[in-house]
Amino acid sequence: MRLSKLLYITFLIIVCLSCESETVNTYKNTPSPLEIPILFQENILAPVVPIDNPQTEEGIALGKKLFFDPILSSNNTQACANCHAPENAFTDSSRFSDGVDGFFGNRNSMPLFNLAWNYDEKFFWDGNTFSLEHQALVPVTDPIEMNNTWRDVEQKLKQHTEYPELFEKAFGTTTIDSSLVTKAIAQFERTLISANSKFDKYLLGEIELTPQELNGFNIFMDEARGDCFHCHGSDKNPLWTDNIFHNNGLDETFTDLGLGAITGDPADNGKFKSPSLRNLAFTAPYMHDGRFATLEDVINHYSEGLKNSTTIDPLMKKVSQGGVGLSENDKADLKAFLLSLSDSEFITNPSFKDE
Amino acid sequence: MKNIFPILLITLFTLISCSEDSEKSTSQTNISFNFNHTWDGVSVTNADFNDIKFINENGEQLSIECLRYLISRITFTTSNNEKLVLSGYNLVDVTNNQNLSLISSTFIPQGTYNDLSFTFGFNNEDNSGNYEDLNSASWFVPEMLGGGYHYMQMDGKFINNADEEQGYNYHAIRAANNPGENPTFPQDTFFNVNLGEVTVTDNATFNIEMNIAEWFKSPHRWDLNILNQMLMPNSDAQIKMYENGQNVFSLKSGD
Repeated sequence: MRLSKLLYITFLIIVCLSCESETVNTYKNTPSPLEIPILFQENILAPVVPIDNPQTEEGIALGKKLFFDPILSSNNTQACANCHAPENAFTDSSRFSDGVDGFFGNRNSMPLFNLAWNYDEKFFWDGNTFSLEHQALVPVTDPIEMNNTWRDVEQKLKQHTEYPELFEKAFGTTTIDSSLVTKAIAQFERTLISANSKFDKYLLGEIELTPQELNGFNIFMDEARGDCFHCHGSDKNPLWTDNIFHNNGLDETFTDLGLGAITGDPADNGKFKSPSLRNLAFTAPYMHDGRFATLEDVINHYSEGLKNSTTIDPLMKKVSQGGVGLSENDKADLKAFLLSLSDSEFITNPSFKDE
Repeated sequence: MKNIFPILLITLFTLISCSEDSEKSTSQTNISFNFNHTWDGVSVTNADFNDIKFINENGEQLSIECLRYLISRITFTTSNNEKLVLSGYNLVDVTNNQNLSLISSTFIPQGTYNDLSFTFGFNNEDNSGNYEDLNSASWFVPEMLGGGYHYMQMDGKFINNADEEQGYNYHAIRAANNPGENPTFPQDTFFNVNLGEVTVTDNATFNIEMNIAEWFKSPHRWDLNILNQMLMPNSDAQIKMYENGQNVFSLKSGD
C-alpha cells in the first residue's frame, strides 16, 4: 500500500511539473545543426557554436533576412550583404567599402565562410572582437559603415510587419534587442560553409588535378619554395588559414598597426589575420588593405617583394633578397593550385542568396 | 514488494561505492606535470619573447618569437620493468602560455619508479596517426617529407654576420631524404627523454625543464648564419637537432 501511494504521489508531481513548464514556454523552434563537411570531420576540430545560441531553422532564416536587409543601417540603404556579397564569397570587390554616408574605411571587407572554425574567435583583420555574435554588433554602429544606433534598429524592427513574429519564432520573444539580432545573424553566418572546391573533390577522390595544379600544391607545401603551409593550412587543415596574426612583409613602416593597435604591444605592429586561401577566384583585391588587385601581385610579393621590418614574421624567407624568388613556371603553377581552392558551388548556393 | 525500495537503494549505494573505489584507491594518485623553460638557468616565458636578448653558444644574438613542442608517451617504469604509459600527448605552446601544465587523467600507484620518461615528438607509429587538434593547430608536416607532425617549432630572429636581423625557423621533424612521393628516412629523430628515478606521492607534481640554449650547444655548436631557415627538408640539420636535443630536458623537482 505504501509503495502504491508513493508511486501515485510521484506520478502526480511529475504531471504537475510537466504542466507548469508547458504554460511557461510555448514556442518551439527546430534545431538545425551545422552540416559538417567530410574533410572537416576527418581532419579538424568541431566548429564553435555557443551554448546560448544553438543553430535553429528559425534563427538562421531570421539571420539571413537581417543580413540582406538594409533596415540595419541609419538611412535604410545598406545591408551587411552590400560589403559582403555572395558572388564575391561574401567580401567586397572594391578595395574599400563605402558606408551609408559615403565614407570609406581603410581595410578590405573580409570574406565570410567557415567562420565557426575560427577557434580563437578573434574576428576582423586585427582580431579586435571576440565571438561572431559580438562581431555582428560592430558594423551597425560604426560611423563609416551603417552609422546607426541599436535603439533605432530595435525600434524599426519592432514596428516592422514581419520581424516581431520572426523573432518570436526564433527566440520565443517579441522583445527585439541587439543581442537577438546578432545571435540570428551569427547563426546564418555559421551556415556559410565552403568545402566543395576542386581541391576538396580531389582529396575526396572524386576528380584528378592537372599536373600544373599538383605542382602548384607541391610548391605550396615545400618549405624551400612557397612554404605557404605554415600559415595557410594544407590537405590536413582544409580551412586554408591558421586564423593567426602575422606581419607578412608588406611594409617597412606602418600606417595601420593592425593587431598592435589592439594589444598595445609594439611586437604586434603590422600583424593581420591570415585570410583563408579558399575562394580567391572571387575575393580580389587581396591583403588587409586590398592593395593587390591580382593573384599574380600576391605571388610576386612573396617571391620578390618582401619588405623588412622589426615585426616581420620569421617564417618569411630570404627577406634581404625580397623573398624566395620563384621561377615564372612555379608562379604560374602555384596560381593554378590556389585557384583550385575556389568553390563555385558556394557562391551560387541559393541558401546563401537573397530571396 | 514492500521491501523493494530499501533494497534498490542499498543496491544503488553499493554500486556507487564500488564505482568510487575502483576509480581511486588510497594507493593511487593523479599526476601533474609543469613544463618550465630556461636559457642556461635563467627563466624564460613568453614575456621574454620578441626581444633579441639571448646569446647562443656560437655567440649569435637572437630572439624567440614562437616556441611550441610536442611530447608524448609519458611513462613510469617500475623496478620490475613494467611500463605505465599515460595516454595522449601534449603540445606545449610557450608562445601562448598554453598546455604548460598537464594533469594526467590516469591514476598511478604511489611509490618509487626506476624511471620517468617521455618521447620528444611522436614515435613513428604515433606519427602516422591523424590528430584533429594538431591539424587545427597547423602542426602537420608535408607528405613530401613523410607527413606526420612537427616535434618542435622555434622561430625568431638573430643578428647575422652582416649585422642585420634575420629570421630563423628551428623546426624539428622526422628527418627525411628524397622529398616527394617516396621519401626515405635516414634515422629516427624523435627521442626518449629519461628523467631518472622518481617517487610518486599523493597528487605528485613533476617540474620538467627545457634549457632552450642546449638546442644550440652540443655536440653541434649551432651556427645560425649557416642553418637558419628551410631546415625541414635538411636531414643533416634534423639529425643535428636530434643530437643536440639529448640534454635539453631535465627533471627539476618532483613532489
